[in-house]
Amino acid sequence: MSLSKRWTTPSARLRPLAAVLAATLVAVACGDADPAVEQPDAVEDETGPGDDTPPEDLPEQVTLVLVTHDSFDVEEEVLATFTEQTGVRVDIAPAGDAGATVNQAILTKDAPLGDVLFGVDNTFLSRALDEELFVAYESPALADVDPQFVLDEEHRVTPVDFGDVCLNYDRAWFEESDLEVPASLQDLTSETYAGLLTVMNPATSSPGLAFLLATVEEFGEDGYLDFWSDLRANDVLVTDGWSEAYYEEFSATGEGDRPLVVSYASSPPAEVYFADPQPDEPPTGVIEASCFRQVEFAGILQGTEHEDEARLLIDFLLSREFQENLPLTMFVFPVVTDAQLPEVFATHAVVPDDAYQLEPDAIGEGREEWIDGWTRTVIR
Amino acid sequence: MLVPAAFLLVFFVLPVGTILLTGLRPEGRVDLGALPGIIGDPVVARVAWFTLWQAAASTALTLLVGLPGAYVLARMDFPGRNLLRAAITVPFVLPTVVVGSAFLALLGPRSPLNTALVAVLGDAAPALDLRRTVTAILIAHVFFNYAVIVRTVGGLWSHLDPRLEEAARTLGASRWQVFREVSWPLVRPAVSSAAAIVFLFTFTSFGVVLILGGPARATLEVEIYRATVQLLDLPLASVLALLQLAAVTAALLVYGRLQRRATSQPLRSAASTARRVRTRGERAFLGANLLVVAVLLLLPLAVLVERSLATGAGYGFDHYAALFGPQRNTVLAIAPVDAIRNSVVYGLGATVVALVVGGCAAVAASRPGWPGRALDRALMLPLGTSAATVGFGFLLALARPPLDLRGSRLLIPAAQALIAVPFVVRTLLPVLRSIDQRLREAAATLGAPPRRVWREVDFPIVGRAAMAAAGFSFAIAVGEFGATVFLARGQTPTMPVAIFRLLGRPGVTNFGQAMAMATILMLVTAAAIALIDRLRVGQVGRF
Repeated sequence: MSLSKRWTTPSARLRPLAAVLAATLVAVACGDADPAVEQPDAVEDETGPGDDTPPEDLPEQVTLVLVTHDSFDVEEEVLATFTEQTGVRVDIAPAGDAGATVNQAILTKDAPLGDVLFGVDNTFLSRALDEELFVAYESPALADVDPQFVLDEEHRVTPVDFGDVCLNYDRAWFEESDLEVPASLQDLTSETYAGLLTVMNPATSSPGLAFLLATVEEFGEDGYLDFWSDLRANDVLVTDGWSEAYYEEFSATGEGDRPLVVSYASSPPAEVYFADPQPDEPPTGVIEASCFRQVEFAGILQGTEHEDEARLLIDFLLSREFQENLPLTMFVFPVVTDAQLPEVFATHAVVPDDAYQLEPDAIGEGREEWIDGWTRTVIR
Repeated sequence: MLVPAAFLLVFFVLPVGTILLTGLRPEGRVDLGALPGIIGDPVVARVAWFTLWQAAASTALTLLVGLPGAYVLARMDFPGRNLLRAAITVPFVLPTVVVGSAFLALLGPRSPLNTALVAVLGDAAPALDLRRTVTAILIAHVFFNYAVIVRTVGGLWSHLDPRLEEAARTLGASRWQVFREVSWPLVRPAVSSAAAIVFLFTFTSFGVVLILGGPARATLEVEIYRATVQLLDLPLASVLALLQLAAVTAALLVYGRLQRRATSQPLRSAASTARRVRTRGERAFLGANLLVVAVLLLLPLAVLVERSLATGAGYGFDHYAALFGPQRNTVLAIAPVDAIRNSVVYGLGATVVALVVGGCAAVAASRPGWPGRALDRALMLPLGTSAATVGFGFLLALARPPLDLRGSRLLIPAAQALIAVPFVVRTLLPVLRSIDQRLREAAATLGAPPRRVWREVDFPIVGRAAMAAAGFSFAIAVGEFGATVFLARGQTPTMPVAIFRLLGRPGVTNFGQAMAMATILMLVTAAAIALIDRLRVGQVGRF
């Protein structure tokens, strides 16, 4: 108990002093011991954690705030090249998942949270455009972008990356069981695959919503609920978020016993990349017939005081450095046609040719209703 | 009186009022047309009912399990007591997603319990699967809130003069009679306080309900979060939030009726009331309680530690090495050391704020008269208010001068303190109220000015309880992940944020590192609380 000795001796000497100090502080701070003395500062002496801000060697330097979702990431060096080239610093302000980020931007339209927003995807695009969140800007760098990703003709948003939400399957499980891997969404309702699938609640999960949209496109507004009620009869498991499904229920990565899960086309390469040691083959595969394409956009927020600098940042998001950095930081694919993929992606990633992809306007019109229908059919 | 009132006004009334009004005034004037439709909706009614009864059941269960534990940790002296007091507070700081993960493992078909059943019964063993059941929710709520009972009730219990009980025993009362006639009336105010806090915590339960109850079960908190954050349907969110506020206010009124004035009583120093365990009965009681703590609290924590050490081939410190090893040099890669420092600094800041605000409020509430009482009740409201409401309220209300606090680092400790203040008040108030008024009068008669009376009489007696409150405030602040989620967190990520980031990615090493980070979070918190508990302010028992 030498620790306790060390701890009691000095404090024993300081005890009376501490008591007097603390008692006085409380008595004074409460503002009722002596009404003439008010010291709200007693609280404000608290400063935040250690000062991380770099020295202000350039007092005139503009700092842009990039509002984004929690999954945004980029290598320090890549972002530093932007500051070197333009003299503009960038602060990253994560604001939750993609939906929450857009909603916060809408809520705070009159006093924007930042200058540029990254991470609005095609499932939320129509709402963001209807709310007139963005200033139009046509970047010259769009010349190198595959035109299929340019979903707003007025260029209020600029495509930056895309990724597919797809069913992942546990390779080892299917090899052992002698079952065929399901080849279509319709297959999932067959007796053969009862109790094997985990999906996420589309009301609380972005990949969950994407998978619901895939079923709406496949079976139509009249048929998708029948499909889901068949899935329910087939013992589909619903979790609230991706982590829980992937790490708790999926047999390839979690403790669970379900060999089919809604995840991303980039999950298998990630399973290789983040393993130690790295295996030759990913333990999981992608069912291409189940994929829904998500495109992520960036836009300049209305009300920014740094529109010129914001345009530079949009251009930078389409630069080769940034585009080639995307796969291993955010596990998505570049939209610029000649960007090089890292090896682990080139080897293990699947990009389906004909992923499901609803029009943003159609999604905007139907989203709430589809989620409500899903909720009534699957979990109530 | 001024400080707590101002604090509540700026950090609660203003943000929540702003967001509610925004929702209720879609066309610029208050429109309650949607109200009957939403309240009459059978789905809303079902959600409200479920919210209410699960909170009531969770509270009852937590009291049942926690009260014996409170007695043991307050009145029995045994080796490792202080360590245990710190350990039971650890659940509070863990993100629910991590705890959920441990509980899913312990309640699923491959749990140790089922393994044991199979070993005993062979093939005839039932496979118990409690995942996504109400039972799982209740168990997790007890896990999270056990410490609330132990710390709030124990804080007073440890000050009760054992001579009262001894006198009653000498006069021939049985143990049960002593408890019923002597101890219970004295600790009852603290018990109802603790119960109120647990009720509010579980009433606004979010993560536990989603993860362990499955998506089919929703509390009002879950629906408010959806309406606010996912749908941005502010009219719906406002009506639901009003419903929640109404329910919480009603609960607080009931609680107020239960809170009769405590009798003043001679208080003794905590150190002098704890006894070594002597008789066989006491030993058995202690053993039973330790067993409960081991199974209910330590086992889930052990699961997380086990997972943090599990590598592909056996066990090792690989995930820890990876955490502290060379980081991928990305903008949002969080060096664990930074995350730990941020968490601790914010936590300490919030603790200071909570102690000052809560201390003042407790002093105000301990004086006769309604303003203090009203303030005390009002400070409980944040516990029963949706984090989404408060968080989005911050974004709206604190966005313009003179209160442009968005992105300010002061906002985070303030938001965290909001949740910790009620706990400070609840811990201090029963002790303050129990101070014999005659002591104060005697001091005043002897010529002591009010401030001196406070310093010489009240403060030493309150010191110990304040420290208990401080340790807990720290835990609450470090674990708070609701309202602060909506505030500046890019620049100064905390440990829960780091865990979330790791869990949001595929790849086996990310999961292992998340578990390692959770383990570090547990250790750091336990150490901090143990240190805070050791600090002694003032000496009790000089009279």
